[in-house]
Amino acid sequence: MGVDHLSALYIARSREVAARVLGGEMMIMSVRDSRLFNLNQVATMIWQAADGATTLEEIAQRICVEYDVEPGQALRDAEAFVQELARHGVLLVSDQPIQERTLDD
Amino acid sequence: MSTLLEEMNQRALQAGVPLSVQFDVTYRCNERCVHCYLDHDDHGELTAREIMGVLDQLAEAGVFFLCFSGGEVLMRTDFFGILEYARRLLFCVKVKTNAFMIREKEADRLRELGVQSVQVSIYSHRPEVHDAITKLPGSLKRSLAGIRLLHARKVKVVIVDVLMRQNLQDALGVMALAKELGVEYTLDPTITPRMDGDRSILRLGIRQTDLRQVFRTPELVGDVEEVCAPPRAVDDSALDGVPCSAGHTFCYISPYGDVYPCVQFPLPTGNVRHERFLEIWKHSPQMNEVRSIHGRDLPTCSSCSHLGACTRCPGLAYMQGDMLGPSTQDCEKSFARTGIPSAHMLRRAADRVPASTGLVQIIGLQQPAAPALASAQ
Ligand code: SF4
Ligand code: SF4
Repeated sequence: MGVDHLSALYIARSREVAARVLGGEMMIMSVRDSRLFNLNQVATMIWQAADGATTLEEIAQRICVEYDVEPGQALRDAEAFVQELARHGVLLVSDQPIQERTLDD
Repeated sequence: MSTLLEEMNQRALQAGVPLSVQFDVTYRCNERCVHCYLDHDDHGELTAREIMGVLDQLAEAGVFFLCFSGGEVLMRTDFFGILEYARRLLFCVKVKTNAFMIREKEADRLRELGVQSVQVSIYSHRPEVHDAITKLPGSLKRSLAGIRLLHARKVKVVIVDVLMRQNLQDALGVMALAKELGVEYTLDPTITPRMDGDRSILRLGIRQTDLRQVFRTPELVGDVEEVCAPPRAVDDSALDGVPCSAGHTFCYISPYGDVYPCVQFPLPTGNVRHERFLEIWKHSPQMNEVRSIHGRDLPTCSSCSHLGACTRCPGLAYMQGDMLGPSTQDCEKSFARTGIPSAHMLRRAADRVPASTGLVQIIGLQQPAAPALASAQ
């Protein structure tokens, strides 16, 4: 999946993770492989916005407003981050809105 | 990854966040292990609703790692409801179970709910030895079947082998079995006194000579040279350091809602039925007393050459009568590893030699039954 296509995509948090905010930063563990991620504030914002209904582009726009960064830069960074987390099964990516899945699904 | 984990621990320590909690949801059990420290009767367990309320509070307090244990967790018919709730709150959950009751359905649930790992105690690869310890006929067979079902579903399983006189000779056998099953193996040479203070089960623990041998078996401990290295000089980091995570980034909650610094440190600090968890964690005088203790506050241990490398457990010391004192079991481990006596051993030896000694003495009058008790198991 190319980076260029990601901005039009929807992202959602996988249910196969553990997550908690510690000292203002989000700690996430993939329960599949016990890999641990520490997200900075911007990455935490993306993570929290990953509701399956909002596109990555919209999320990047919010980042621009909140952190006063240039839109192209925000989107590029967000895309790279999403790709990395998707590779570990921590974020789900789709070109359709992703229904929030419960643990019973 | 371990570096990030260490960093996380450090941050939690500085911020006073209880990063990990062990929550025993029941003391009831289908096994009756000879070395178990629990009273298996139900004296009024928290209901599932109460547990869920506590889980909400733990998430709010910043708890990330949550270990469900017992007793046998699956003795609770509502266990999966509790586990599901915990996972909705995004805890990283580890489950300790004897796996006897894990069939297809339970294995599927554990997989679906995304537990990080399942820890199972296996005492021998031979049914006659394992089942004699659990006192439940057929338990090895059933537990191994449970492990296989979990492994087939890619659930991480860790076998824990508690070493006792009864099963010591089978340690390498259990290790080979773990390898064959494709799961992790860890050993635990520590027997914990019973929660009611009865220390008689400590007699089941392995002898000093055997402990020495265990620490010199590379298959069991890895780098023998490192494990058995003489203690490094005690420096300020050891004297200013805290003994362990108990009460600092970790605590324990019993099935009755009692909060302790650790499962092996039964100092009552409060009860979640009467107070909010964070109130106990932050303001309990006992929790704060535990937190205030540093290496240099320990009368005997601060003068011990082992202090920097010793696994001294303040909970075991507490159960021996003084949370500031040495823990004899850890002194034994330090001695077995290095051959160098601990400060505690030296003091006891000095105390045993009176100024004028009679040639003939009666000694050890209180412990004449040790061999008979051990062999009666
Ligand atoms: S050293 Fe003892 S009290 Fe501390 S965490 Fe370990 S078992 Fe608990
Ligand atoms: S070996 Fe014994 S006396 Fe020395 S630090 Fe450890 S517990 Fe304390």
